[in-house]
Amino acid sequence: MQLDGATMMPQGLEFKQTRFEIWFKMQTGFKKRAQPKRPAAARNLMELRRGEQGVLERIDLPEDDARRLMELGFLPGHTVIPAHSAPGGDPRVFRVDGTEIALRRETARKLILRDGLPDKPEADSARG
Amino acid sequence: MSDCHGCSVAAAILPPPPAADAKQRVVAIIGPPNSGKSTLFNRLTGLRQKVANFPGVTVEHRMGRVKLDPGREVFVVDLPGVYSLNPRTEDERVTHDVLLGEMKGLARPEAVLLILDSTNLSRHLVLAAPVLSLGLPTLVILNMADDLARRGGEANVQELSEQLGTPVALVSAAKGEGLDKVFQFLEGATAATHRKPPLIELPVIQDVPKCRAWAAKVGSQSRYQAPAPPLWTRRLDAIFLHPVGGVAVFLLLVIAVFQTIFSAGKPLQDAVQPAIDASGRWIGGFIANESLRSLVVQGVWGGVGNVLGFLPQILLLSFFIGVLEDSGYLARAALISDRTMAKFGLQGKSFIPLLSAYACAVPAIMATRTIENKRDRIATILIAPFMTCSARLPVYTLVIAAFIPQKPLIPFLLGTATAAMLGLYALGLLAALATARLLKSTVLKSSRSSFMLEMPPYRWPTLTSLGLRLLDRTKVFLWRAGTVILVVAIGIWGLTYLPPSSHGDIGTSFAGRIGHAIEPVIHPLGFNWKIGIGLITSLAARETIVSTLGTIYGVEGEGGERSPSLQQALRNDLSPGGAAALLVFFAFAMQCMSTMAVVRRETGGWKWPAVQFAYMGVLAYLGAFVVNRLITAWV
Repeated sequence: MQLDGATMMPQGLEFKQTRFEIWFKMQTGFKKRAQPKRPAAARNLMELRRGEQGVLERIDLPEDDARRLMELGFLPGHTVIPAHSAPGGDPRVFRVDGTEIALRRETARKLILRDGLPDKPEADSARG
Repeated sequence: MSDCHGCSVAAAILPPPPAADAKQRVVAIIGPPNSGKSTLFNRLTGLRQKVANFPGVTVEHRMGRVKLDPGREVFVVDLPGVYSLNPRTEDERVTHDVLLGEMKGLARPEAVLLILDSTNLSRHLVLAAPVLSLGLPTLVILNMADDLARRGGEANVQELSEQLGTPVALVSAAKGEGLDKVFQFLEGATAATHRKPPLIELPVIQDVPKCRAWAAKVGSQSRYQAPAPPLWTRRLDAIFLHPVGGVAVFLLLVIAVFQTIFSAGKPLQDAVQPAIDASGRWIGGFIANESLRSLVVQGVWGGVGNVLGFLPQILLLSFFIGVLEDSGYLARAALISDRTMAKFGLQGKSFIPLLSAYACAVPAIMATRTIENKRDRIATILIAPFMTCSARLPVYTLVIAAFIPQKPLIPFLLGTATAAMLGLYALGLLAALATARLLKSTVLKSSRSSFMLEMPPYRWPTLTSLGLRLLDRTKVFLWRAGTVILVVAIGIWGLTYLPPSSHGDIGTSFAGRIGHAIEPVIHPLGFNWKIGIGLITSLAARETIVSTLGTIYGVEGEGGERSPSLQQALRNDLSPGGAAALLVFFAFAMQCMSTMAVVRRETGGWKWPAVQFAYMGVLAYLGAFVVNRLITAWV
């Protein structure tokens, strides 16, 4: 959380830091962008900014849910782009395989991204 | 396949089979959700359709007759929307069983209409792999051709047909374009149709990534050109899913639904009632025998009237929900409300049905058909009758007017009577949400990750589909529910009118005797035998208690719940604790045979309505008991 970092600041700096962070958050929209280096742990769908393209690596969910997600188009190697979300950011709509699917936050966290290119960059899914 | 060759030769020589034989011919329509399956089904069958449940499952299917040229016809069965044929969910199992001829009471389909969304072909073609591997004659129907063309996509029917080894048709079911090819196939399919194996070998159908790769290959080999993204949908979503604007639109919608309920629901009901009463008197004029006349006018016609009185608002709400669903906004409303609903174990798709339950639980329960998750759907059905429906309002109005003096609590804003009414609304909502929590954390538990909601592109709702929907709702309500309602209505008439020695005096009738008999049971709630009779007659419909009490106190026809003499009589007969208990009882109890009948129809058996009746009854009894004790001790 953003504010956790701010509360650990020395007393005098707290106000400015918080305001700066709020401003920064408003400009960038997502915490991860503030960090120059990507963390070693694999990113998941929730860490994508709106409109940012990600490539799916795997789904860390029980067989049945994972299957349904794959049938809806969440297949390894496919590109996923976050679109709109409900107020509060949950659930969130993702563009995948030519359609838009809304997932709850805890589901989206289980969809792990990989670094690199999609399997078939020429596929029609890229146009979605 | 060798059989098919045989009969194709035979069909060429023999004359068309006799009509009796043709009745057995079944063709299945199958397709993913949002592929326009129902629209196609409606286009093909028109009004010649009926809804049925398969034995032992809650999945419903629609059967319809398609008239073919030389006086022949074929039965078309519309199966639930599925993405695959792996029998995991109930929908998929039903589809799987029907296609393999394993469904009891239904012959194996002799051909398949596979309907796919042509604007999303590569993904939808995935379903073609398991369907084609069944070996049945199959017509692949690429729907939404108009959308595809407008957005600059292209599907080559000839090449796709060669790739798949089966005929392909490009249609727009909503506009009725290209359907002649479907009719041609149905005529041919009733004899036989040749099928070749697909050029690209079918994948192992259990493997989703392989199926998707196969579909992509078929798509690119047939030179399928995916359309540009739906611009208008994105523009509209920028408004409807805007963090502020979207919520505003959503709240406006909620207010509009409430406005509809209060400004149109009750007046519509009141407008129908005089016509029913007048026709009842008119019918009564033809019957000389007094008992028979009472049976026909009060029993049968009164029961029918009860049902008909609710029909206008049921249709109004169904129309409203139909517009939301067909336009695509329903999915957005579900998205916006999901987070709130999830706190109670439900999901966004439960919201609109529960909202419409404020008018009447019947259309609400029918509207739960859009909830694919069976457990979420049952939970929504079970809690819908807790919402304060319009049938409770006369009862609330009567008791509140009789017992709560009108004083301002907050000057010009909130009076005591309004506060009491709002409190009852809150009580119903609270009971619904608590029950949802309870159900979803125990018997109807489902994984939170099972919420996956496809956002269909926005579309103009068509009058045909809205009209057919209203017709279906009317049919379900009048025929399916009507039969149960009629039996109960006649039964309750029998209780209040018989034995003949009571001479129409309700106090000495069977109902009166039951009222006396249950007095010890309801005494702890602060009710006497007269209220007991009211509770019995209100099993038919809640508002019936008002007219029953009017009959008992001899103040019939003096303005119903607003009659001062009825209020006075009730004040003489009921303690404040008993009055509060009566309100709580009506907030919780399932006193509505229409709802029971519809729940039975929608859940495919008496199990859930029985559970619901018992649960709500126990809750009503306990709630009324506690409230009576509290108020009696306090006053």
